[in-house]
Formats: sequence, C-alpha cells, structure tokens
Amino acid sequence: MAEPVRPVLPADQKIMLAGLAVALVFLAAALVLPLGFLLVRAFQDAQGGFVGLANVAQYLSTPSLAASVVNSLWTAALVTLVVVPLAFTYAYALTRSCIPLRLLFRAVMLLPVLAPSLLPALSLVYLFGNQGFLRGALMGAPLQGPVGIVLAQCVACFPHAAMILAVALSAADARLFEAAASLRAGRWRILATVTLPGARGGLASAAVVVFTLVVTDFGIPKVIGGNFPVLATEVYKQVVGQQNFNMGAVVGLILLLPALAAYGFDRWANAAQESVFSGRAVPYTPRPRTGRDLPLFVFCCAIAGLLLAVVGMAVWGSFIQFWPWNLALTLDNYDFGRFDPAGWSSLGNSLVFAALTAGLGTGVIFLVAWLLERGPRLPALSGPLRFLAAVPLAVPGLVLGLAYILFFNAPWNPLGVMYGTLGILVLNSLVHFYTVCHLTAVTAIRQLDPEFESVSASLGVPVWVTFWRVTLPICLPAILEIAAYLFMSAMTTVSAVIFLYGPDTKPASVAVVHMDETGQVSAAAAMAVVLLGLNLAVKLAQLGLGAALGRGMQRWRRR
Amino acid sequence: MDAPLRRQIRPALSYLRLSAIGKRHGAFQALRGVELSVAEGEFLCLLGPSGCGKTTLLRAIAGLDPPSEGRIEQAGRDITALPPAARDFGIVFQSYALFPNLTAAANITYGLRGGAWPRARRQARLEELLALVGLAEHAGKYPAQLSGGQQQRVAIARALAASPGLLLLDEPLAALDAVVRHRLRAEIRALQQRLRITTIMVTHDQEEALAVADRIAVMNQGRIEQLGSPEELYLRPATGFVAGFIGRASQFRAMVEAPGLLRLGGLSLRAAMDLPAGAAARGFIRPEDVLPDPQGMPARIRAIAFEGPVCRLQLALPELVLEAEWPPAAVAGLAPGAEIRIALPRVLAFADG
Repeated sequence: MAEPVRPVLPADQKIMLAGLAVALVFLAAALVLPLGFLLVRAFQDAQGGFVGLANVAQYLSTPSLAASVVNSLWTAALVTLVVVPLAFTYAYALTRSCIPLRLLFRAVMLLPVLAPSLLPALSLVYLFGNQGFLRGALMGAPLQGPVGIVLAQCVACFPHAAMILAVALSAADARLFEAAASLRAGRWRILATVTLPGARGGLASAAVVVFTLVVTDFGIPKVIGGNFPVLATEVYKQVVGQQNFNMGAVVGLILLLPALAAYGFDRWANAAQESVFSGRAVPYTPRPRTGRDLPLFVFCCAIAGLLLAVVGMAVWGSFIQFWPWNLALTLDNYDFGRFDPAGWSSLGNSLVFAALTAGLGTGVIFLVAWLLERGPRLPALSGPLRFLAAVPLAVPGLVLGLAYILFFNAPWNPLGVMYGTLGILVLNSLVHFYTVCHLTAVTAIRQLDPEFESVSASLGVPVWVTFWRVTLPICLPAILEIAAYLFMSAMTTVSAVIFLYGPDTKPASVAVVHMDETGQVSAAAAMAVVLLGLNLAVKLAQLGLGAALGRGMQRWRRR
Repeated sequence: MDAPLRRQIRPALSYLRLSAIGKRHGAFQALRGVELSVAEGEFLCLLGPSGCGKTTLLRAIAGLDPPSEGRIEQAGRDITALPPAARDFGIVFQSYALFPNLTAAANITYGLRGGAWPRARRQARLEELLALVGLAEHAGKYPAQLSGGQQQRVAIARALAASPGLLLLDEPLAALDAVVRHRLRAEIRALQQRLRITTIMVTHDQEEALAVADRIAVMNQGRIEQLGSPEELYLRPATGFVAGFIGRASQFRAMVEAPGLLRLGGLSLRAAMDLPAGAAARGFIRPEDVLPDPQGMPARIRAIAFEGPVCRLQLALPELVLEAEWPPAAVAGLAPGAEIRIALPRVLAFADG
C-alpha cells in the first residue's frame, strides 16, 4: 500500500481557504447567533428563566394574538390567489405574444418595486379612505382592515410575481410547441400540456414569494390595517409598544414558520425542474395572432393603468394642499421638517445607509460567491456556507430585525457597541437581502468556463490575477445588478430596520411610517415619492451603465 | 510508412514516471495502481471510455487534483504533492478555457508575467508563438471572433508559451466537427514532432489515438489495461476489453474445447489464446480477418453497405453474426440472401467475465 499523498497547498489557495473560513464566521455571527438567540428568548421569561412552552401557550390563548395568525394566513392566501393568475397572464403577454408596447408594460410593471411597500397603501387611503373620492366603490366596507391590506398587497406583490413568471416563461423550447402542434393538439391543450408544465417551477416560486411577502410585510398593515391584527404588526406592538421581548420572540418564531414552509415548498417544486430545457433547445418566438394578442393587450393596458393610477395617485396626493378639500398644488408636503423632527436628514441617512449596503454588500457577497464556486473544495467549509447563504431568503425582515435587537442589545454582547449606529442597519440589510444577490452572483460566475482557474494555475498565475483580469470584467453586469438591488432594497425596507435605527440614524422609509402614524398622510406620501424618484434614478443609471458595458462587451462577444 | 519513422521508446530515459498512483473520491476508486513511464519527446495517449479515469489521471499529473497515493516524478524530481504552479507543464482543455475578454495575443501571453518577462522578451516570444501556430494575422481578435480550430491553436500557444517540458491535452478535439478534427489532429502531431515536446493526450476516440500516438495506454475502471504502440494494441490486444475497444470486431461467447480450439454450437474455431480446456471464453474476429474462401464454411449474406474503398458485409452463420470488410470488387455480383463460403484465419479469445 502506497503512502497517502499530502498535497502542498499553494499560497493563493490558502488565502482562499482563509477567506471561506472568515465568510463562514461572518455569516454565523450575523445570522446564526442572532436567530439562535431569538429562539432561546422565546422560551424564557423576562428574567431569563427557562419557561418551556409557556410563552407560546400564553400567546395562543390571547384571542387577539391567536387571531393574528389566522388573519395573516388567510389574507396572504387570498392575495396569492388573486395575484398569481393576473401576473401569469401579464407575463405571458410580455413573453409569448406579439402585443405592442411590451417594453413599456415591462417598465410599468417594475414601478411598485422601486417604492416602499407603503406607497400603494397610502394611495389607497387617498382613493378609498374616509376622504377618498372612490370610497363608494367599497359599498360601505371600511378600507382600513382586511380590504385595504389585500388591495395594497396585490399592488405591492404584483411586480415580484410578474418578474419571476416572465423569467420562467421566457425560456421556452420551440420544438416542444412544434411537436405538440404536429400531433394536432389544440391551443388549450398546448397551454395545459406544454406551457403550464414548463412554467411550473416559476408558478410555485411566484406563489411562494407572494405568500411570504404578504405574511411578513410590515408597512402595509401598519398603514392600512386599522385594528385588524396580523402577525407583523403584532410583533411590533409587543416589542415597541409593550417592550415584551419574549412575546415578540414567540411571534417572530411563528412568523418564521410559514416562511420556512413556503421556502421548503419552493425547493420541492423546483427540484424536478432542472432539466426541462436542454442545451439544444430552440428558442420560441411568438408570431402575431389577433385572437390572442388583442385580449392580452387590453388586459395589459388595464393592469398597467391600475399600477400607474395607484403610483400616480400617491405622487399627485403628495403635491396637494389639503386632500380632498383644497386640491391646489403645493410643495409644502416636502418641507419634511414641519412633520417630523428628523426632516430631510432621514433621507440623507437613507442614502448613506443604502450606499454603504450596496458598496459593502456587493463586494462581500460577490467575493464569497466566487470563493465558494472557484475556491479550494473543502465540503466541511463550503457546505455550511452554501446553506447559510440560502437561509436569509426564508427569514422575514421583521424576524431578523427582532433577532438583531435582542442579540446586539444583550448586556453581555461586546458587539453591542454597534447598536443604534448605521453599522447595524447596514449589517442587517446585507444579511436580509443576501440570498437573492448570492444567487445572482453564483449564476454569473457559473457561466464562466470552470477551467479558468486551472489554466491560471498551470500558467503559474495566482487566482486573484485571473479574478481581476477575467472574472470581474465578465461579471460586471451582474455586479451592477446586485449593487442596484441592494441599494434600492435598503432605500425601501421598513421591516428589517424599524427596530434597529437610532436617534441619529432614522432612515426615510421609517420616517414614512412615523409621519403616517401621526396622521401626516401627505407628507408620508411625499417622502415615499422621493424614495421612488431616487430609486428610479438608480435603476435607470444601472440600466444605462449596463447598456454601455454591454456595448463594450459586444467587442468580444460578437463576431 | 508511419511505423518505421517512429522513434524507439527507451524507458531508461523516462521523463515522467508514475508509480502506484491511486485516487479515491469517497468510496469510489477512480484510479488504482497506475504504473506509467513516458519517455522524453514521446506522444502518449490515455484512451478509454468515459469514466475510466483517464482525465483523473491527467489532472493528477497536472496537480489540479493530486492523487491520493503513489508517486509522480518528472525529470527526476518528485512532483507528487506539488501545486500546479510549481510544476512544469502546459495544458489544453476540451473547452480551451480561453479568456473571452482578452485578445488572442493577451491569452497567449497570460502566463508570461513578472520579472522574467520584460516587455520586449514577452513580445518576441508572442511573435514566435503566433508564427508557430500560424495565427499572426489574428493576434488582435477575441476568442469569439475565431473559428474552433483557431481557438484551439490559441490554447496550444498559451500552453506552450513558457516552454514547458510537458504538454497535457484533455480531449482537445472533442468540441470540433469531424472534418476539422481530422485536420487538427494531424496538426497537433506535426507540432509535437517539430518541438519534440513530451505530450500526453486524453481521448475516448480510438481512431484519434491510433493516428497520433507513439504509445497508447488503454484505461478501464481506473486501471491501465494495456500499454503499447498502436500496432501492438490492435494486433495483439492483451485483454478482451482492449480487443473490443480498439478497432472493430465481431464478438461472441464460446467454450474452450481444447487448447487453441473454441467451440460454439456446431462450430469449431482455431483461436490464438492460452486458456485451459473447459474455460468460458469471449471471442473476437476483426472484419478484415473474415475472408472469402471456396473451401471455407458456409455463411449467408444479410446486408451489404458500400463505403467507398470497402464494402461492409453482415454475414450470418448458424451460431453467430460476423462483420466483414471486403474490397468492392470481391462483392460484385453478390446480393443479400446469397450464400458464400468464408475462412476465419485469425480469431482472438480471452477469458470471459
């Protein structure tokens, strides 16, 4: 028996291994420890003694709290049932038909994502609230409560579902359609046997995302929920209102359950989807057909019109003197100092916070993804790291925020110095939005030839030279996309940061909540509109830069 | 005309020596007890079906996936545990792994960095390499603007840039279509002959291996089944696997009736083998060893396919179906269904199982 070989690890590989270890420690400290601490607190009393399931029992026996579980679940289910078919039709029109103005429809579809989720809620207050000019349309039902929550969530969640479905539907193999048609399958049979099965994974993902968003969203029920208890507002009440951290931890845990279940379902539904499209697939290009295109065009006009009306209402409302009595236009609502002591400074906070999150987050996330994909293979390190990178998607922002407040506020924790600083906001958002960015980075890196690093090694070139000269330039569009996503998400997030900001670090999205809380709806709308405008500018900048980069890359892409 | 020109391999002058190489992936044994010695300037092919361990062996030699056990010596130096950068080789991958955002010139000079390669020296070397692979006028193009064959030449030039002592080729022709593949394998061979660089090429295509290699190591299930010149492998396969893998052959199962004699059903065949009487055997008959013979055994023609220089016949005997390769003139006047007589002068047989 020959002696086992002990390979000598070159310096660059050692450094990559160290990087992986650091990444693992980082995610453990910023994700596992806070969540673990939250778990522990749910089973303790206020003095820190172990009480088993007493908190949970107490929670479930409090009628209003128990009701919040049921309310959250049924509103989320209802929104999912409404939004997914609408989003599917819209995405189908964008990808599988020849309707005009498709680019415009795509742009309008994304509009609500760029604003805080409260913006549609504020619009609905203008339209259907006690002073709304369409309040008759609700036939006496009050807007504040389940009606408002469901309506606002439909608008806020529509873009997320439509984006996922548009991606799922854009990958179609024309040969399947030709095969089905040559076997004399009718249009509806093709829809049922080719189109829908092909989009199954996308449909499941869209449903899961919508359901999770609704259950875990804090902004909309806060603005428009009235006295209708849902899980997200209950956490806030327990923690901020009653300073009952243990009960907050219980609600946080309960909030984690549907999100985890939804996440598991999504993984299950997408597991069998991998090999639907082989490398030899022929892309499907739709041909004009009036019988299909005309109804779809009308449908898209209606949906896009609705989205525009909702966003437009908030914009218009933000410029109005005194809704609905004095419709004269004014800039007074933008004089934020009059409504909120923080005034315009909260916007400055948001910009710094978002820029830091985007800058640091993009660097960290892309680097970790690269280390995972191209670093030395050590399953003991990369296995847990891959798992941790996927976890944040299943953790609602509110739960993560709560975990952070408990963890960083604990008297024994040396990291407590971060509490109340911008640093904790950045760290929290970085972790909260980690998974989506990680997946974008991994997808981009996996498109590179797996042997680039081997070639470099054979030529005696250290990996970081190849990272700098090859990997980074090729992945630049994806990196830009990650940065823009992190920036826009940080600008609009409420749930993740509402527990964590300090007196000097209040972000604008939280200021929107506060101004609405004190009845300053117009000022709240104005602040939301400013956030929307800034995000729109960032998105356009990203698209413009991406297009410029794309043109540069054409040099080495095209013949 | 090829064979006599090939240099005699002198194992005493072995440049690369592998002993007792083993590689485990968990419970899976990818390589076991591989012994191999490659002479300086030799062109060796690692040939085998997918999953036989040939690419694993190449990556072990490169240090990209070091072996679990064993010893690798290159030019007298123990390199078993060394990282790729500390070894002396150039490698060309099946995908070529050219950097898409760098020009052909930048790809070729990618490894020529640091103090040893001042600008002037690097430029001179680049021009030398471009001339060597005939790409001088394409230096400024990006890989996507080059044809598959040109891309491969860039990859070879990049691998040769620092004048390594060993060139490793991992299925370099697999990504190309048949016509280009034929031309490029001749180019690779010519280049290797010109530079006299020790070369190891991995391939699953036996025709390719026969055409370019000085010696071929036929691999199966992590072992080297046979190591030898193309002629040796074809004419004197050491195992049933090699006989079936190299060249075409009709295969059949039979019993050893007596030393040198196979029996299947009512048929007795003389065969070259050393199996004891009563053993189960697997027989192989090459198409060119099925000859027309008026005194031979009867066979019925099942099908005839015209392939230009030869016709391929399917012949049915009561006990087995044979493939034969005859010149078209010998087939003239014959049609499927006709009965002819054949002789089988050369039958190979190995232990079955």
